[in-house]
Amino acid sequence: MNNRRVAVTGIGVVSALGHTRQAFWEALSAGRPGIAPMESIAPGALRFPNGAEVRDWDPTRYFTEKDIGLLDRFAQFGVVAAREAVADSRIDWNDRLRESTAIVTGSCTGGQTTEDEGFVNLYRNNIPRVNPLTIPRTMENAAASRISLEMGVVGPAYTVSTACSSANHAIGQAFWMVRSGSVEMAITGGSEAVFSLGFLKAWEAMRVVSPDTCRPFSKDRRGLILGEGGAMLVLEPLDAARARGTQIYGEIVGFGMSSDAFHITQPSPEGAARAIRAALADGALQAENIGYINAHGTATQANDATETAAIRKVFGAHADRLAVSSTKSMHGHTLGAAGAIEAVATLLALKHGILPPTANYTEPDPACDLDVVPNQARPAEVEYALSNSFAFGGLNAVLAFRSNR
Amino acid sequence: MSHEELTERVRQIIASTQHLPPEKVTADSTFQELGIDSLDGINILFAVESEFNINIPDDAAQNIRSVRDVIDGIAALLKEGQGGNKEPVRA
Repeated sequence: MNNRRVAVTGIGVVSALGHTRQAFWEALSAGRPGIAPMESIAPGALRFPNGAEVRDWDPTRYFTEKDIGLLDRFAQFGVVAAREAVADSRIDWNDRLRESTAIVTGSCTGGQTTEDEGFVNLYRNNIPRVNPLTIPRTMENAAASRISLEMGVVGPAYTVSTACSSANHAIGQAFWMVRSGSVEMAITGGSEAVFSLGFLKAWEAMRVVSPDTCRPFSKDRRGLILGEGGAMLVLEPLDAARARGTQIYGEIVGFGMSSDAFHITQPSPEGAARAIRAALADGALQAENIGYINAHGTATQANDATETAAIRKVFGAHADRLAVSSTKSMHGHTLGAAGAIEAVATLLALKHGILPPTANYTEPDPACDLDVVPNQARPAEVEYALSNSFAFGGLNAVLAFRSNR
Repeated sequence: MSHEELTERVRQIIASTQHLPPEKVTADSTFQELGIDSLDGINILFAVESEFNINIPDDAAQNIRSVRDVIDGIAALLKEGQGGNKEPVRA
């Protein structure tokens, strides 16, 4: 069967950089981080004071009170991003299209903020009843289900949960479905809301969260900064997009996955390299085609050195001709939404011909000796780019994109 | 608390967290010798924080690679006045 080329025709994103695609790109291309003292957690409750929160989020701007009762913050982010992406793509819905559209979303931890709240009431406040909407609010597929209900999409819809690789796995699945012809359109991405005390306490105990900011690939990096948000893409065959004359941000051209089978939390350069190679092979690309990589780049000691080693393993001498940046330095590590937000960053970089920087960068690290686009966005015409996601549990997922310029 | 008592409690915590026979864990053991990786290490620090009612900062935690590092780290924090008389919280 002939594979079809797959275009991205709509983008929506909610993040610490703002509630819209435009706000996101303005901050990203200016190298302006959305990392600040956390507003949702009392000061002093945690060893780390900062996060990449979605600011000024008023759900009543987007949902009725009744809907808010059914939608955890993570689902709200996903739905609002999907609405923006669908409007952006100017989809002309009909029954046939609704039947042949897929929804594939990613989330690591679903509605844990709702769970946390309910259990505080139960265990600490001795309130013996838990809200009956807790279950539909907390399920990881809540965003996918709501998008389906709201848009009347009745094709395949599901959610992938592979920790920090969730959204890349989700987008990759959706990409393959559109490419193979099993669906005519897909709404895909991920969303996450991490800011509840119980969940953050668990991250504190992991000792991987930075006490100040996120400095990927910098010698003095001290860990990741947690972030929240959601991003969604509309995918469809390139020919169909051209025929209906809608905008094309770029193409998804390859998807690769691997598992480390090494350690539950320590990363492995071999596993990451296998996923990158698989993405190149899936897109029939040579390593030399790639001009930019949106790195996993969490700013932990282990990730950034391991990711550098993996990139060197795959790209050899070409590694020195690549630009690699971690936009987590601006929108934080959004776990199950990371791949989606970073896919948006990569697509907008290709579209505008501007590579977003690695912000907060202070000092070169010999273990991370790549061109990390420090602190300042850089104009560059890049044809092909990758976006890496490497999860706890050793599950890796890499997407390959092509510019439409 | 005497240095001997502290050493003994740390040995017991590490042995029980790691499911090792206590006699294998000595003050001179390195984490590497005991097969303790980074995730095991933070799990040990969690147990130590609960036992002694102290907070070990991330920067100090990063440099702990042996049983003696744990003992010295706790001694320093207790000397600073952390710990107190509060009973550790039991689940």
